Amino acid sequence: MRVRPYLTVFRMRFALMLQYRAAALAGFGTQCWWGFIKVMVFAAFFRGTLTRQPMNLAQAITYVWLGQAFLVLLPWAADPEIAEMVRTGNVAYDRLRPLDTYFFWYVRAMAWMVARAVPRCAMMFAFAAILMPIVGLGDWRLRMPSNLEASALFAGAIAGVVLLSSALVMLVNLACVITLSERGANALIVPLVLALSGSIVPLPFFPNWMQPFLFVQPFAGLVDIPYRIYFGGLSGWVAIAGLAQMFGWTIVLVFGGHRAMTAAMNRLQVQGG
Amino acid sequence: MNALGLYRRYVGASLRAQMQYPGSFLMISIGQFVATFVEFVGIWALFRRFGQIRGWSFAEIALFYGTINVSFALADAISRGFDVFGTEFVRTGNFDRLLLRPRATTLQLLGYELRLNRVGRLMQGVLVLGIATHLLGIEWDVRKLALIVAAVAGSVVLFVGILILQATLAFWTIESLEIANTLTYGGVEAAQYPLDIYSRWFRNFLIFVVPIGCVSYFPILRLLGHRGPWQAPGWLLDGAPLCGVLFLLMSLCVWRIGVRHYTSTGT
Repeated sequence: MRVRPYLTVFRMRFALMLQYRAAALAGFGTQCWWGFIKVMVFAAFFRGTLTRQPMNLAQAITYVWLGQAFLVLLPWAADPEIAEMVRTGNVAYDRLRPLDTYFFWYVRAMAWMVARAVPRCAMMFAFAAILMPIVGLGDWRLRMPSNLEASALFAGAIAGVVLLSSALVMLVNLACVITLSERGANALIVPLVLALSGSIVPLPFFPNWMQPFLFVQPFAGLVDIPYRIYFGGLSGWVAIAGLAQMFGWTIVLVFGGHRAMTAAMNRLQVQGG
Repeated sequence: MNALGLYRRYVGASLRAQMQYPGSFLMISIGQFVATFVEFVGIWALFRRFGQIRGWSFAEIALFYGTINVSFALADAISRGFDVFGTEFVRTGNFDRLLLRPRATTLQLLGYELRLNRVGRLMQGVLVLGIATHLLGIEWDVRKLALIVAAVAGSVVLFVGILILQATLAFWTIESLEIANTLTYGGVEAAQYPLDIYSRWFRNFLIFVVPIGCVSYFPILRLLGHRGPWQAPGWLLDGAPLCGVLFLLMSLCVWRIGVRHYTSTGT
């Protein structure tokens, strides 16, 4: 497989995304505000508790800020341009390229995510890890990884999030291709991501009997597993198992998605004229 | 035709348009119901672990949560025109057309669309209110009904006021800015819990600057028989939802200033 065309797609899409700077700033303000509310709710819950919790307050707060920093790495929606292409029939152009359509779109999804995540993530770390202690909100800051091992594992996990999330976006894109509209697919993916990734409430807070299921399902790899690796909640072999889970699901989803895409493309009727 | 009759016409047209795609309406509504209900399940999970939050029980939180979600669903459904004002009206120059018609611009924007699929969040809020009623054993007499209706009405007009301010901002920025979400979605997020759990600066902001606390927190305190951290007199808590109306009136004044400032982008 030639790699160069895919690299070019990535670079072009990345450059395009960086132009939406004002939108990124407005989004950043919203996320800081959002993070503050969640942190204050956790602080209030922890204040009165005497029982042992699955993570302490500092870890829960770090979880919240990481969630804000990496928010755009989640598979929230189909690529809007792909839905548009399918509706107008322009998808025929992408079919004519001497490239594998699945990987062409997969790389587009990756670039879109990474380009949006890099500036937001940098700003969120600057705000929550550096600025907050300076202005006297040190208790509510984003803490650094617990040790070198955690940092190294987390770096691997974030790369895994991008690969896994892109594979999930491709499933949503596939649903667009089949139903000719992004609406239904988007309406389905958002509640799944919200419920199962840990972005609403960290998964360890759910009842103990749910934990085995929550750990093995694919959405855990988007939020819960990487963030718990970050603050040392998952370490050693359990962390390795978490990473293996993420990469395992990615391979399954890419393989299955690729096959389903080939089948869908063979049946595809190009719209318009 | 009077304003109300005209609004009814607008609504009728909007509903017929949305019902052209019943499948899409149904899917988005159900998706919204699930996506918002998941948040409530998260709160349930936290209460299973912690038992209480600063002395408040799960059932009491459900009452705060349900009220603000019902209110926001209604406000979000009726004020779509203001929500998309920057992108759909200012940037395109379409606002010129509204100005040419001999009717209030605010009425025309209210009539832009009545978003039916917000019924997903609405049903979720109603369901949570039902859960709260059951758990707390609330018997809805006239006084309690009046309190909750006042809370919902006050919150709806407050949210509409915030969205009008967001739209007004577009006269200067041309685009709709996401930053107003901090007050709408962020306000909902914050008001799902009683405000006394938050830091003082944040609580004061939500009472004195953007009075979300006045329209939902105060009347529900009263409904639950609490007096809050300030031991406020009852009549003050009863009358607090009127702050929403004041906020809306202020927004409308700012809107008029914005309209006077407007210069068409032209095409």
